[in-house]
Amino acid sequence: MRIYLEGVGLYGPGMEGWTHAKEVLAGRAEHLPGPATLPPSPLLPANERRRAPKIVKIALAAGAEAFTAAGRDPAHTPAIFASSGGDGDTIHDILNALASPQRELSPTKFHNSVHNAAAGYWSIATGATSALTSLCAHDGSFAAGLLEAATQAAALGEAVALIAYDVPYPAPLSAVRPIGAAFGAALVLSPSPSTAGFARLGLTLLPGSHAPSPAASPALEQLRRTTPAARCLPLLAALADDVAAAVALDYLEDMALMLNIAPRPAAGWQDPA
Amino acid sequence: MTALALSDFSLVTCLGAGRDQTIAALREGRSGLAPCTFETLPLDAYAGEVAGLETQPLTGEWAGFDCRNNRLAALALHQDGFMDNVAAARARYGAARIGVFVGTSTSGILETEAAYRRRDPAGNLPAGFDYARTHNTYALGHFVRDYLGLKGPAIAVSTACAATSKVFASAARMIDAGLCDAAIVGGADTLCATTLFGFHALGVMAEGPCRPFDAARNGISIGEGAGFVLLERPGPRHDANTVLLLGTGESSDAYHMSSPHPEGLGARRAMAQALAQAGLEPSAIDYINLHGTATLTGDAAEDRAITDLFGSNVPCNSNKGFTGHTLGASGVVGSAISALAIQHGFLPGSPHTNRLDPSFGSGYVLTGRPARLSRVLINAFGFGGVNCSLVLGRAA
Repeated sequence: MRIYLEGVGLYGPGMEGWTHAKEVLAGRAEHLPGPATLPPSPLLPANERRRAPKIVKIALAAGAEAFTAAGRDPAHTPAIFASSGGDGDTIHDILNALASPQRELSPTKFHNSVHNAAAGYWSIATGATSALTSLCAHDGSFAAGLLEAATQAAALGEAVALIAYDVPYPAPLSAVRPIGAAFGAALVLSPSPSTAGFARLGLTLLPGSHAPSPAASPALEQLRRTTPAARCLPLLAALADDVAAAVALDYLEDMALMLNIAPRPAAGWQDPA
Repeated sequence: MTALALSDFSLVTCLGAGRDQTIAALREGRSGLAPCTFETLPLDAYAGEVAGLETQPLTGEWAGFDCRNNRLAALALHQDGFMDNVAAARARYGAARIGVFVGTSTSGILETEAAYRRRDPAGNLPAGFDYARTHNTYALGHFVRDYLGLKGPAIAVSTACAATSKVFASAARMIDAGLCDAAIVGGADTLCATTLFGFHALGVMAEGPCRPFDAARNGISIGEGAGFVLLERPGPRHDANTVLLLGTGESSDAYHMSSPHPEGLGARRAMAQALAQAGLEPSAIDYINLHGTATLTGDAAEDRAITDLFGSNVPCNSNKGFTGHTLGASGVVGSAISALAIQHGFLPGSPHTNRLDPSFGSGYVLTGRPARLSRVLINAFGFGGVNCSLVLGRAA
C-alpha cells in the first residue's frame, strides 16, 4: 500500500527538531549526541506540564513539529501513538510503592501509567476528538504503528499521524529492558498526494527473517539498535537525503516492514491516489 | 467497512470458562463477583476472579511466557474448540495471512510487582524475570501469535479500558487493506495490585459488589477476563446464526485523563460513527451492552449519551455486575456476551443493580429475558478519554 508523507517531527540525542536532525542524518551537520532539549510545549497548560511525564513531553514535541510542517490541524486528525512500553519512570514509582508496606499510590501516577497516557494528554492539549490509538509491538513498535497509521488513512481516506517514542527505564528495570535514549519521531501521513506531500512510501510486509537496514553512522546505528522508536532512522535518513530508497525496518522476529521511498517529482505526483 | 464474520469466539471470566458456562450464568442471573481475596485492600472490595489460574502454569516451550495474564489467555484459547478453528483457518489462508490484534492494559505487570518485592539488597530484580514475555505490553500478542502458530502482522493495542474494542477496528482495516485474510482479535487483563490499588487511590472502587446505573452505585469492582474472536470475511462456512461485525466507531474526549466528558460527547460520537459505518439508524439497535462500570460520573455521562442518541426505548445494560470491570478486556468480554445474547435469543439482566438512578433516562434492563436480538451495540471507554463502540449483528 502507498501513503504520502506531509510532515516529520524528531527529537532525539543530538537531533533537536527535524530541520536540525535532517542535516545530521544527511551528514551535512555533525552529530553531537546528548539528551535532546525539548522546546517549551505550547500545547500543555502549566498544570498539565507539571503533571506530564517526560515521555509525554517528547511525544507532544515530535507530534507538534510534524503537524506544523504538514499544515494540518491535530484537533481533526486521527493519530497512532507507538511505544515499546509506556512511561518507565511512572511504572517504577508505582512498583516501588506497591513493594512498600504502605502500598499507597498517587492517583495522578496511576493515570499516567497507562500506555495511552501520551494520547490522552495529546487529546486534551490539541482538542483532538478523532480516534487516537496507542499500541506496542516491543522492538517493532514503530513499524507496527506505521502499518496501523497507513491502514487507517486508507480506510478513512484522510490524513493520520504516527507518533513513536521511548524513554529509558530507571533501575532496576533498565537491567532487563535497556533503552538507549529518549527519542520521539512523528509523521503526518496522507492517503493521497497533497501540496504538503514531499515523499511517497510504499509499504510491504516481508515474511521471514530479514536484516534491517542500518542507520547512517555508527553512533546512529547504536541508537537505532538500542531504542525501539529509533528503528525508524533508516527511513528518516532516506527522507533527509531526499533520494529514492528501499529500506527494511524491524517489525516482528519473523516479519520485516519494507518501505519504498520516493521523493516528490519536480512535476508533482502523476499517479492516481 | 465490509462486514466480517465472527467465525468463532471464546471467553473466560469469573462466570466460567467458555461460552456454555457463560450463557448459563447469564440466564440464571448469577454474578461471579465475590469479596476480593486476591489482595488485601483497605475497603470491602469485591472482585471477579477467575478460579484456578494459580495452578495452571505455562510449561515446556511456553514457560518463558508464564504469568497470570498469559495463563488466562491460554485458558480462553483452549475453550470452545477455538484452537481447532484457528488451525483450520491457518490451513485455509496460511499462517502469514492471519493477523493477531490483541488488547491489554496491564499485560503481565503482576510478575514485576512480585519481582520488585524480591529485589536483592542491591536493588536488582531476581534472576529469571522475563520482562519481554511477561511485563511488556506486547507480551500478550507475542504469546498468542506463537501459541496459535501464526506468522501474520501483530500488535498489542493498549488504550486502557477500550483496548479490546479498538482491536476489532484495527483488524477490519488490515483485512480491508489486504495485509491479512483473517484475524485473531481479543485480549486479556488480569488482577494485579497496580489496578486494585490504583483505582482505590482514585476513589472509584466500590464497597461491596458494583451496581451499574443504580441510584446508590459507589464505584467499580475489578474483574479479570480474556476473550478471543476469529474474524474473517463471511463465506459458505457461516450460517444465519453467525454473528457479524457491522461497524466500529472511535473517538476521543479531549477533556480529562481519568474522567469522561460530563455530557458524554465523545461516547456519543463513537456510537454515531459505529452506526454510520454499519449503515444503521439508532432505532435499528435491539440492545446496547453499556460500558457501565458503576462510577458516579461514568454512568451519568454514558446515560446522557445514550439518551441523546437513542432516547429511552432501546434496552440496554452493563455486564459489570456479572463479571466486574475487566478493564482492557472489557470490550471483547462485552462483545462475546453480546454475541451469545444474539445467538441464544436472551437479553441478560444486571445483577446487584436494584434501584435505577432516577435522574437517568436510558432504557436500562434489570432482569434477563428472552428476546430476539438482531443488532447490538457495545461500548467501551477508558482513561485518556478514549471511546470505542462496535455494532454486531446476526447474519440473517
